[in-house]
Amino acid sequence: MPLYVRLKKDFGTFLLDVEFEAPDGVMGLLGASGCGKSMTLKCIAGVVRPDEGAVVLNGRVLYDSVKGIDLPPQKRGVGLLFQNYALFPNMTVEQNIMAVLSSRKNASEEKFRSLVRRFHIEGLERHYPASLSGGQRQRAALARIMASEPSVIMLDEPLSALDSYLRWQLEGELASILDDFGATIYVSHNRDEVYRLCSHVCVMSSGRTEPVRTVKDLFESPDTLASSLLSGCKNYSRIERVGERRVRAADWDAELECGAPVPDDASFIGIRAHYLHPVPEDGDNVFPCVVARVTEDVFHTIVSLEAGSSGHGFSKIRMEIPKGAARGLSAGDTIRIGVKPRDVMLLKK
Amino acid sequence: MDWFPLCNSLRVAGISTVITFFAGILAAYFISSARPAIKGALDCVLTLPMVLPPTVVGFFLLKLIGPFGPVGSRVLALFGFKMTMTWYSAIFATTIVSFPLMYRTARGAFESFDETLQYSGQTLGLSDTYIFWRVRMPNCRQGILAGTVLSFARALGEYGATTMVTGYIPGRTATISTTVYQLWREGHDALAYRWVFINLIISFVVLISVNMLERSYRNPLRMARHAADAGE
Repeated sequence: MPLYVRLKKDFGTFLLDVEFEAPDGVMGLLGASGCGKSMTLKCIAGVVRPDEGAVVLNGRVLYDSVKGIDLPPQKRGVGLLFQNYALFPNMTVEQNIMAVLSSRKNASEEKFRSLVRRFHIEGLERHYPASLSGGQRQRAALARIMASEPSVIMLDEPLSALDSYLRWQLEGELASILDDFGATIYVSHNRDEVYRLCSHVCVMSSGRTEPVRTVKDLFESPDTLASSLLSGCKNYSRIERVGERRVRAADWDAELECGAPVPDDASFIGIRAHYLHPVPEDGDNVFPCVVARVTEDVFHTIVSLEAGSSGHGFSKIRMEIPKGAARGLSAGDTIRIGVKPRDVMLLKK
Repeated sequence: MDWFPLCNSLRVAGISTVITFFAGILAAYFISSARPAIKGALDCVLTLPMVLPPTVVGFFLLKLIGPFGPVGSRVLALFGFKMTMTWYSAIFATTIVSFPLMYRTARGAFESFDETLQYSGQTLGLSDTYIFWRVRMPNCRQGILAGTVLSFARALGEYGATTMVTGYIPGRTATISTTVYQLWREGHDALAYRWVFINLIISFVVLISVNMLERSYRNPLRMARHAADAGE
């Protein structure tokens, strides 16, 4: 699909400032709620006009504030699946789809039937959207979008309106549809969904985007605080650089060796909860903590720790260890925990 | 019994309802998507006839379209007909007085309309005209229907502004409301009662038919929704 997007829009209290180039395949747009993901999609689709920027799809300019190009949404060939699916409530499933087919002047019973088959909505043609289940609505909405023959589809949190059992089932269906179609932007705040469904990912936080990277790359070596948070890392500290590979973790009152040279712009470190482990004696990359709570989880034990004296939220550490390894630990104990240098992630702001 | 007031009332209310229907929807559509500053100011102006006493509206109208008013005098000079003291003069009065009811209810309906329906229609390639008539209007149907009926009822019952621009000429400008007043003033209570009764019947018929329209429109959806809730 190659889709190039550069947009700026000022909302007064919020500035949307995104730039990314989506490669072929499924690209995730990952970010916390309210970070501007949906607004970005609306700007690409052309239903909201940005202040400036450019949108180029397969070499076709959809929007360019400098050249004064602003194609109406009808001519962009961009399909947008809204979170609530936005089926027209006053029309049956068939009427919803036929409305789109008829507007393209190539409506045929055959086309309609093939969409119905492809999206498994046989028998629902005469139902109104209000009488469909969440999954059926989503399939009907996808069929309607495909009726408009878009060059790229954008899905806005397509699974978040569903309960968790149904969500898992639908994710499977969605995955095979996305595999078939290809060119997709998948918006979500759920890192697991993005990991499973997308090949590339663009992380967004408070209106800004980070460079596009492969999903594998993001989860294995996030390089910013925002992407690390989204990748599920739980422990962070502010740092000062004290050596080529050494930092002082200000929130934990500890000096740590890192697996890589410390870049100048690194201002945090992150350590995943399962990379921390209790150690019997002082040593390199070991620091003391006070146990705040021991929680038994289904497959492991979560030990909540308090390190350092900064009192900042970052001084709380979460360690996940195999069941049994925490035997004898109780709140109030002081213990030593260690981490391998290569498990210390250096992060930019 | 002379049925002229009934025919005249229905004719005046009918025509003014058609006018307020389109004008009200148009105004509501543009104002619901306007910028806040413009919205506030225009909304005030368009709602004014609802809070002003009808006699004040009538007064302004007379000053404007009366034989010596800036509009009335020109129309008289150019086309040779008077804009006041005729049966159609009442249309000007009832249109202005009933307009805010149509406008406000339609605006309420448009503002609660889910804009993602508009957006999805556009991205699917449907024209804005199609979306307006086939998606927005049907989904705002209740509000628009309510507004139409309310403004029809208001036009039918308008007295203050109407009487000022049409006066009371039996068989020419008399409406039900002006007739009731005239009959009471002249002491013909029995006849006045008859007209009051006719007015009551019309009002009931209008309100009942609206209720039925609404029910027949909403029922299939509501039943479907119940079925969906029970099924999941």
